[in-house]
Amino acid sequence: MTVEQQTTPLRVHSVGSRLDRVDGIEKVTGRATYAVEHGESAGIVDPLHVWLVQSTVARGRVVGVDSRAALAHPDVVGVVDHTSSPRLADTDNGELAILQDAEVHFRGQIVALVLAETPEAAREGAALVEVSYDEEPHEAELREDNATHRPDSVNPDMDTDTDEGDVDAALADAAIVVEQSYRTAYEHNNPLEPHATTAWWTEEDGRDVLSMFDSSQGVHGVVQALAPMLALDPDQVRVRAPYVGGGFGSKGEAHAHVMAAALAARTTGGRPVRLAVTRQQMFALTGYRTATISHLRLGADADGRLTAIEHRVQEQTSRVREFAEQTGSPARMMYAAPHRRTSHRLAVLDVAVPSWMRAPGEMPGMYAHEVAMDELAVSCGVDPIELRIRNEPDTDPETGKPFNDRRLPDCLRRGAERFGWSSRPSEPRATRDGEWWVGTGVASATYPAMRMPGNAARVSALDGGRYAVGIGCVDIGTGARTVLTQIAADALGVPPDHVDLDIADTRLPPASVAGGSSGTSSWGSAIVAAAQRFRADHGDRPDAGVETTASAAADPAAEEYAFHSFGAVFAEARVHRWTGEIRVPRLLGAYSVGRVVNPVTARSQLVGGLVMGLSAGLFEESWRDPRFGHVVTQDLATYHVASHADVLDVDAEWLDEADELFTPMGSRGIGEIGIVGTAAAVANATHHATGVRVRSIPITADRFLE
Amino acid sequence: MRAMEYVRPATPAEAVATVAARPGARFLAGGTNLVDHLKLGVASPETLVDVRRLPLDAVETYDGGVRVGANVLNSDLASHPLVRSRLPLVSRALLAGASGQIRNQATTGGNLLQRTRCVYFQDVTTPCNKREPGSGCSALEGYGRYNAILGASPACVATHPSDLAVALAALDASVVLLGADGERRIPFEELHRLPGDDAATDTTLGPDELILAVEVPTTEAARRSAYRKVRDRASFAFALVSVAGAVRVTDGVVEDVRIAWGGVAHKPWRARRAEAALVGQALTADAVRAAVDDELGAAETTPQTAYKVPMLRNTTVLTLTQLAEEEVA
Ligand SMILES: Cc1cc2nc3c(=O)[nH]c(=O)nc-3n(C[C@H](O)[C@H](O)[C@H](O)COP(=O)(O)OP(=O)(O)OC[C@H]3O[C@@H](n4cnc5c(N)ncnc54)[C@H](O)[C@@H]3O)c2cc1C
Repeated sequence: MTVEQQTTPLRVHSVGSRLDRVDGIEKVTGRATYAVEHGESAGIVDPLHVWLVQSTVARGRVVGVDSRAALAHPDVVGVVDHTSSPRLADTDNGELAILQDAEVHFRGQIVALVLAETPEAAREGAALVEVSYDEEPHEAELREDNATHRPDSVNPDMDTDTDEGDVDAALADAAIVVEQSYRTAYEHNNPLEPHATTAWWTEEDGRDVLSMFDSSQGVHGVVQALAPMLALDPDQVRVRAPYVGGGFGSKGEAHAHVMAAALAARTTGGRPVRLAVTRQQMFALTGYRTATISHLRLGADADGRLTAIEHRVQEQTSRVREFAEQTGSPARMMYAAPHRRTSHRLAVLDVAVPSWMRAPGEMPGMYAHEVAMDELAVSCGVDPIELRIRNEPDTDPETGKPFNDRRLPDCLRRGAERFGWSSRPSEPRATRDGEWWVGTGVASATYPAMRMPGNAARVSALDGGRYAVGIGCVDIGTGARTVLTQIAADALGVPPDHVDLDIADTRLPPASVAGGSSGTSSWGSAIVAAAQRFRADHGDRPDAGVETTASAAADPAAEEYAFHSFGAVFAEARVHRWTGEIRVPRLLGAYSVGRVVNPVTARSQLVGGLVMGLSAGLFEESWRDPRFGHVVTQDLATYHVASHADVLDVDAEWLDEADELFTPMGSRGIGEIGIVGTAAAVANATHHATGVRVRSIPITADRFLE
Repeated sequence: MRAMEYVRPATPAEAVATVAARPGARFLAGGTNLVDHLKLGVASPETLVDVRRLPLDAVETYDGGVRVGANVLNSDLASHPLVRSRLPLVSRALLAGASGQIRNQATTGGNLLQRTRCVYFQDVTTPCNKREPGSGCSALEGYGRYNAILGASPACVATHPSDLAVALAALDASVVLLGADGERRIPFEELHRLPGDDAATDTTLGPDELILAVEVPTTEAARRSAYRKVRDRASFAFALVSVAGAVRVTDGVVEDVRIAWGGVAHKPWRARRAEAALVGQALTADAVRAAVDDELGAAETTPQTAYKVPMLRNTTVLTLTQLAEEEVA
């Protein structure tokens, strides 16, 4: 039974220290098993291999699936298409309801599955399946004139539009107006480990049970998505994800291949199936960030004090399942301005389903907003840091509540000092070093602090003063296993090596997704609640075998405040005067994120976010060919991410603080804020270097040629 | 099931005879390009004739030049003392390409015969005349950032991706070939061809012709040479444009100059017009600019490739003027 427990702030010993990753040795020695690597020791005996057959039209109907040639292959065991697939009980989720009808909603959609004795045979079999289509005209291009659909809400469940005061009147009266449009490219998450699933069906006590190893950011979420569609109770589906090679949001929800594995496994008479998505297939099937067009209007007085902020967003979604990125959301809370308006409109296209990618909303939204702020700084001749400090709100502009902690000015000042901002020439195009124009730029970062409902943890006493702690959350490579061990140790008042942490299994107490930078806050609070309740119930010398399962009760005092993390990103950019090549020799982020639970893993998150933001600013672009409807830069040779040579002096630091009103650990979450604002800082630095303002990312060499 | 045979001939002659005797046979060297194509479905040979272990791995001098065996690895060639001292351009071009791991596996012959990186060529679900003659060119009105601006045709706007090839084009290298009829030697510039209406054919080689070696003259100009590659990221990216330059200036006047461009055509583009315009002139930025513009008069661009003209012009000026300055210094 799960009880609710009010937590008290943790007395920290291990929390805050540099504990090495508890699973580091397994990983670097190759012993950590990923989703399709499980073998007989995990009950995976004699598996079959599944290969996906994808549509080659963007819209239409499948009129025939000729699998004769595939089935003639000696190692091909079966082909599943929409005529032969097991039926689903519920097809509302258009992304997951695959193989239920003949409709093709986007190019790359799954239209058949091939099962074979080896992955090679499955792949060859897939190439032998002949699918014929009745093709219909499709639309796959985001434009200003077709992004007109108003969604009911934007991710996760925010207002689509907001309107306070009188923006138009304020802009008419403003001494200075910045009015510009900014674009961001389609981006694909591209975690190191492609998506993969092992699935098998068994019968237990006369009931069907579906078991899976899935490369997922949240095993419970997979059950919630799949069980009703397969007409199963949640306890009939078990999902595990002991090791996951990154996700960046793309594994936050089950995508179509997970359902493909479940359906394929249904046809094998109990043999497990392994399904490994290829890098190319990821570009159609596992989510991506929509391209965005941001129309910004900022009104300010002559000193740069904002009177009006308008952020109108145009972006796209898929006709088969709606996802509306909350790109305009940061403009609702970032700066003080009495008049403010935001809106989101979507082009509804015959394209793959967009989804979460690191800091959905904040990343493209703050890119646009923070470049506009830089333009405002130039227009009114105020230093960009001073401009931001002048526009600090007293209370959260969005909710009217006080911020529990809003230390953006501290981040800006501290970063500025370390970066050497004071020696910066105020004019752009003022510094040249040999053939390179040199400039620096700054941008603010923000990310909401979130704690998810629905988390519980279990603490049980073992022999010898050791404890088992269980919670079903997933470590996607962030170091969650390590920091939760530290939190559990401090909550129980024992050293970390006295804690056996068990995670990533839906048989454990429920846990929310590793997303929204909410993981450590949500799971850690549940662990603290369980540990504190355990001590209250069983004391300091419990008998082996006693256990407590608890969730953290909400703190009513916290309702009175707005919780956000903040940061300031500084970039130096060099632009080659003849070739236009761009290099970023220095990148620094200074953050206010509450208490840092482990400086080693935290630094990786923040630096990783900075690198990803740099990469978005200069390189990443999924180029969709509107004639075909799919992304044609669909591998890592053509979809460029930052290479080592592009990542030079990158560092992150944080303020020494603890937000104990938000979580008993004092932490607020760090997974996403590093990517926020970073592309803007780089863009602003390229402007400062060259005097050329590029208003779309990625910013490429051809934009600076004379 | 599609069976594929793998054979490992003992001599170059046997390799050639094997490919000649079997339609659908292909030479395999380091495999960094061909094996990708097998996986993507771009190539489906019935026989792979592995030439990687044939004894074609020497770098040696001959009268007036350096001879490089077809199997010399890109990383070995780049670091070879003879190459570094006498053909620095070759070394720099190689090191500007791919990654350390790929260069450790890729061979000289394979590098020259690697195929275009055009995204449509590599995506079997889209039309491509190079992959499937007659199906059309998707790049013409599609993703065009890397498309050709010189010598392209309505059938194909692909660019040749090799950096090494650009250097060899500038240096007047020749290629030593072995075919069923014996050995022959062709100027490097004749190895690759423009697409015309036959986009499927990259080179002038017969299907059973094996590259044995490349011979590179070690001229005075070759010693004063440079390779400048402009790309989207600092490493591990193909050229947007690249310039191989070599120049000899005597008494302030250009006596000999070589300019070859990468990233602009179906083959490494030797800028002969620009070279001719420069000989006998003082090597000033203006002179180079004018010469480049003369050569680029024939360029055909789209909104996606228009940038290549100023990028190429600037990069060529930069490369040649820096070489001239070095010479003075
Ligand atoms: C991600 C990536 C990035 C890259 N970046 C660059 C870059 O920036 N610059 C660059 O120049 N290259 C780049 N490359 C390409 C790389 O240089 C080539 O793949 C490599 O040089 C090919 O050599 P190989 O020996 O592996 O050839 P293989 O793949 O074995 O063969 C390639 C072709 O050559 C033929 N062949 C091989 N040897 C002979 C011979 N002796 N005679 C006749 N035919 C022969 C084969 O039949 C085949 O058609 C990149 C490759 C990758 C995968």
